[in-house]
Amino acid sequence: MPSESSVRQEVRAWLEQNWSPDQSLIAWRNTLADSGWGMPAWPKEWFGRDLEQALLPVVDEEFARANAVGVARTGVRHLAASTLLEHGNEEQKQRFLRRILTGEDSWCQLFSEPGSGSDLAGATSRADTNDDSNGGWTVNGQKVWTTSAHHADFGLLLARTDWDQPKHQGLSYFILDMHQEGVEVSPLKQMNGHASFNQVFFTNAFVPPENRVGTAGQGWQIAMTTLMHERRGADGLRSYARERDLPGQVYEEERVELAHANEPYKWYPQRAGRVDLVMDRAAETGRIDDPSVRQEIARLLIRARSSEWTARRARAAQEKGRPQGPEGSLGKLASSHVARQASHVHTLISGADALLGGDDSPRDGMIAEILISVPATSIAGGTDEIQHNIIAERVLGLPKEPRMDTGPFRDVKRN
Amino acid sequence: MEFTFSEEQEQFREMVRRYLADRSPTTVVRETMETDLGFDPALWADINRDLGLAAIAIPEEHGGQGFSWVETCIALEEAGRALLCAPLVSTSLAGLAIALAGDEETKSDWLPRLAAGEVRGTIALTEADGNWDANQASASFADGRLSGAKHYVLDGASADVFVTNAMTDQGVRLAVVAADQDGVSAVGVTSLDPTRRLASVTFDAAQARILPHSSEAAISAVFDAALVAIANESVGGAAALLEETVEYVKMRHQFGRPIGSFQAVKHRCANMLLEVELAKSAAYYAAQAFAEGDDQAGTLASAAKASAGDAYLLAARDAIQLHGGIGFTWDNDTQLWFKRAKHNEVIFGDPTFHRERVMQNGGI
Repeated sequence: MPSESSVRQEVRAWLEQNWSPDQSLIAWRNTLADSGWGMPAWPKEWFGRDLEQALLPVVDEEFARANAVGVARTGVRHLAASTLLEHGNEEQKQRFLRRILTGEDSWCQLFSEPGSGSDLAGATSRADTNDDSNGGWTVNGQKVWTTSAHHADFGLLLARTDWDQPKHQGLSYFILDMHQEGVEVSPLKQMNGHASFNQVFFTNAFVPPENRVGTAGQGWQIAMTTLMHERRGADGLRSYARERDLPGQVYEEERVELAHANEPYKWYPQRAGRVDLVMDRAAETGRIDDPSVRQEIARLLIRARSSEWTARRARAAQEKGRPQGPEGSLGKLASSHVARQASHVHTLISGADALLGGDDSPRDGMIAEILISVPATSIAGGTDEIQHNIIAERVLGLPKEPRMDTGPFRDVKRN
Repeated sequence: MEFTFSEEQEQFREMVRRYLADRSPTTVVRETMETDLGFDPALWADINRDLGLAAIAIPEEHGGQGFSWVETCIALEEAGRALLCAPLVSTSLAGLAIALAGDEETKSDWLPRLAAGEVRGTIALTEADGNWDANQASASFADGRLSGAKHYVLDGASADVFVTNAMTDQGVRLAVVAADQDGVSAVGVTSLDPTRRLASVTFDAAQARILPHSSEAAISAVFDAALVAIANESVGGAAALLEETVEYVKMRHQFGRPIGSFQAVKHRCANMLLEVELAKSAAYYAAQAFAEGDDQAGTLASAAKASAGDAYLLAARDAIQLHGGIGFTWDNDTQLWFKRAKHNEVIFGDPTFHRERVMQNGGI
C-alpha cells in the first residue's frame, strides 16, 4: 500500500517531468489520462491507478502546488464517467471515457420530465425496441430541466422500455447521441430571466444497440448511481477547477472551457441568498440600526452558521469513519431555510428599493436577482417536501404512506 | 475547532446517560419535583461520588477533574435529556466563577467542597428589574459587607454559597457570600417549571469576599458560561422530546394507520429534527469557543442561547401538539419538558435579547 509521502513524491516527480502549460489542453489531458494521474482513484485498466480515496487530497495538493490543470470535470461529464465506469461494458468505456477526460465530449443528463419531477421513476419518455435490421430503440418523449443540453454531444437518458412492469422496473438507461435529427433542444426561460436549462424533445430519435447501459429494466438502479455522484459533488467535498489567471495555452483553453461550463450557474450564489452581503448592505442602508431588522439579520446569521457547522459535523464524522448521524441528511433543507430567510432580510434591508428590478436594483441588480431566484432553492434537486419525507422516513424511521403506484405502470394514474 | 467529540468524550456521555436513565427516570423526576428541597440529597451525593459531575471543570489542584466547560456541557446535555432535578447547573457555574475570578484563598475555601458536592453554589446576578446584564448591579459592597437583593436565582434557597455582583468603589465586581449567616435571606419563589427551583435572595450587610479578578470581561465570561450551559442542557431536552414523539407517532393509530405515516405529522417531525440539530451545532460550537477562550465566545454563546431557546420551545410545542389531547394532561410527561423549555427560553435572557447581543457584537 503506498504511503502519503510515497504518493506525494511520485506525483511531484511525474509533474516535474511531464507538466507544461505550453501545449494544447487536449494533448495535456491525453497524457494525464494515460498516466493515471488524471483520475487516480479509477482502476488501472481505465485511466486510473487504483489509488485509495484517502490519498486523493495528496494528489490534489501536488497538482495545486504545480498549478497543473486536471482532466475535464465540469458539467455532467464526471457523472457520465462515474456511471459508465460502474455500469458500462468494456466497449462503452473504450468509446467514451477518454473523450470525457479530455473534455472533447460534453454530456447532459436526461432524467426529469414535465410529468415526472419529484416522481422521477414515473418517466414516460419511451424507448421502443426496433424490430428492423438496425435494431436498437426508437425514442419519443420529452425531458426538462436539462442543463447545457444545447452544447451536449451525448445524453444520459432514462426511458421506459416496459409498460407492464411496475414503475421502477420498466426503465432502461441509454447513451443518446444529441446531434441527430430526432433530438430538439429548446431553452427554458426562468422567472429570473436566465435560461440555464432546456427542454429536450425526442421525435423518433435513434439509440443503436450498443448504447444501452446495463440490462433491460436496470435503468432505475443506474440512475441512482448517477444521482448519488451528483449529490456527493453537491456538498462541496470535492474541489472544483477555478479559472487560473496564468499565461500558457493550456490555461487559456481551460479558461474558455470553464467560462462556458460555469455560465449556467452564474446566478446560483444569488439563489442561495447571498448571506455574505447582508451586513454590508445593512450598514450602507442604515437599516443596521433598526431593531426589528437586527433581529431578522441575527436569525439569518445564526441559522446560516449553524447550517455550516452541521455540515462540518457530518463531514467530520464521515472522515473518522463514524456512522452517519442525522446531521448528514439535513443540508439541503437547511440551505433552503437559509435562502428564504436571506431573501426576507435583503427585502427588509433594501426597503423601497426592493421594488426595483434589473440594473436599477441595488448592487447592480444583485438584490433583485436574489429576490427572484430564491424560490428555486426549495424546489431544485429535491423539493423541501421530498426532503421532509426522506428525513422522516429514512432518518426518523417513520412509516411510509400507502402507495397507489405499485402495479403495472400502464395502469398508474397520471396527467 | 473539532466537529466531532473524542472517543473519551463519547464514552463519558454514554456513562452519564445510562446512569441518569437508571437513577433519574421520569417517575423520580415527578417525585422529586414535589419535595420542598427540589432535589434528592442522596442522588446528589451519588452523582458526585460516582461521576464527579460537579467537579468536571474545577482544576485538579482544587479537587476537581480538570476538564473543560465542554465536558461540563456534555454532562448538562444529558442532565437536560433526563430532566434531572439537581442543582448541577447552579453549582457548576458557582465553581466556574470562583475558579475564573477568585484569589487562592477563596478558591481553596470553596472549590474542593463544591467539587465534591459537599456544598452547593449558585450565581445570583440579576435584580428585580430582570436585567440580565451581569455588569450592572445596584447591590453595593463596602468594607467587607454586601447589601442588595437578587432575583430569579437558580437553586437559591438550597445554595450554601452565592457568587453575586455588586457595585464597589472600583466598579461592579463579583463577590462570594456564604448562605449560612444572618445577613442572608433566601426565599423560594414558585417556579413555572417545578423541576427547577428559583429564589429571591436578600443580602443585608452580609459578609462577602470580592473575587479580585472579576473584571468586566470576567463577569461577561461567567454570563457566557451560563448561556452555553443552558443551551447545551436545552438541546438534550429537545432531543429527548423528539425521540419520544417519534416513538409515539409510530405507535398511535388513527384512521387505520400510524399517525406518523401522515405527512402533516411526519413533516413536522422532520422539521423538529432540523431545528434541534442546528441548535446542537451552535451549542457544541459555543462550548468549545468558550473553553478555548475564543474572541467570539460571547457572540457564539448568545447565538447558541437564542438558537437553543427557540429550538427547545419548538420541540416542546410540537411534541405536545403531536400527542394530541393527552399531550395537555398532567400525567403525560411531555408537559414536564415543556415547562423546562419555557424556563430555559427566558433564564439569562430570551432569544430576542440574545439576537440583539449577537448584533451588538458585530454578528457572526
